[in-house]
Amino acid sequence: MSDGKSLQGFSQGLSKGLGPGGPLLSVEGVTKHYGARLGCADVSFDLWPGEVMGIVGESGSGKSTLLGCLSGQLAPDAGRVLYEMKDGLTDTAALGEGARRRLMRTDWAFVHQNPRDGLRMGVSAGGNVGERLMGTGAQHYGRIRGAALDWLGRVEIAADRIDDRPSAFSGGMQQRLQIARTLVTGPRLVFMDEPTGGLDVSVQARLLDLLRGLVREMGLSVIIVTHDLAVVRLLADRLMVMQGGHVVEQGLTDQVLDDPQHAYTQLLVASVLQA
Amino acid sequence: MAVIEIEGASKDFTLHNQGGAAIPVMAGARLDVGAGECVALTGASGAGKSTLMRMVYGNYLARAGRIGVCGVDVARAAPREILALRRDRLGYVSQFLRVVPRVPTLEVVAEPLLRVGTERDAALERARGLLARLNLPERLWSLSPTTFSGGEQQRVNIARGFAHAYPALLLDEPTASLDAGNREVVLTLVEEAKARGAAILGIFHDEAARARVCDREVDVGTFTPRAAA
Repeated sequence: MSDGKSLQGFSQGLSKGLGPGGPLLSVEGVTKHYGARLGCADVSFDLWPGEVMGIVGESGSGKSTLLGCLSGQLAPDAGRVLYEMKDGLTDTAALGEGARRRLMRTDWAFVHQNPRDGLRMGVSAGGNVGERLMGTGAQHYGRIRGAALDWLGRVEIAADRIDDRPSAFSGGMQQRLQIARTLVTGPRLVFMDEPTGGLDVSVQARLLDLLRGLVREMGLSVIIVTHDLAVVRLLADRLMVMQGGHVVEQGLTDQVLDDPQHAYTQLLVASVLQA
Repeated sequence: MAVIEIEGASKDFTLHNQGGAAIPVMAGARLDVGAGECVALTGASGAGKSTLMRMVYGNYLARAGRIGVCGVDVARAAPREILALRRDRLGYVSQFLRVVPRVPTLEVVAEPLLRVGTERDAALERARGLLARLNLPERLWSLSPTTFSGGEQQRVNIARGFAHAYPALLLDEPTASLDAGNREVVLTLVEEAKARGAAILGIFHDEAARARVCDREVDVGTFTPRAAA
């Protein structure tokens, strides 16, 4: 065990137990225009099981467009988004409508910046969580309510709020409820669009801690779009920096933030106000 | 083959927003750390000790050269290879603790063990043992270390860094801001890590500590590029 080679072998054996051999998502040259205006250009990367990838950039940098293309909400003009399925990496654009909807209901999940976009505001908290579970075929009422209760607990919403509608919840609670609704089906890949945006700092910290715990426990792969560098520092393993629709830099999160190479990233890091 | 092998490593910072000035800070760095060995980086303040440590950890990008850690060339490895390396083979005790607010101290210390798949009970037991050895009052274990004093945070940081038996370990001033008793505990932890075969690269301003645990010293000043001197 004293030389580097045997240490490496030891570790490779170890990491085999931690995840399968290939990427979960493979993105190849994704490009999207809105008329003459560029949304995002030629974006490529692989996301591996259990990895959290952050995408940062200012408003209009193309990060939300990219997230839309990756999650199947927007159709890219060029490029492919491949996802690991039964038969290996599969082009998600080539899936039939039924297969794609099944993917969105089960394996994939999307957390919106505004909880109202991800919740049914007229349905109770328990119903919001249970509904997504029913979408995957669950039918037993007691089990669905049990799962809903369990998830409300995991996102720190008191059990006696299960019959309340989300409109009676604070912003932070609504966001936690959206996360419960999203994760109850045990997805493998979660897309998040500014999940802590618009929340008070103290509420953000709680949400970040919660998300980090769930990501590790469930071994989730996550693509998270944000303009908040503190959020990616705490949550993301890898970071992609976008400017004007292009990826200008990517790498290990702490390396990109502590030793930024591109002019724009240097500006971004230097512009953060110290509290 | 040494556990940590640095050969011809160089580094410069290009400040794009300050006229594109390129500042060379290191050239031709070379050193080896074998299993069971502790090597100290020395040199004047600003000579690049922390910079070199950060390069070994993959936190700073090397411009050229090879930085081998347990057979992985950190200067060229993909992010996921470095993440895997940091998970099970390369530990780093920095001077500053960076954690998510709200996470209890015990969890912060046990986290590196949980990440390599150690059973939860065993991980927490090891964390308790380390915090007790480092004299962190038990009433603090369930609290987030974000509000602790500098010395308390430093001890949490050290407990976290020594929780998992990394084959390679980087220590940045591990005895700074500690009292005599805790300094002794940390030096004993370093000696124990060496005894189990860890390769350690460290910065110790504490000369007596350096003399006690380090087998060799490498003067980082010899890697300072001439143009910048």
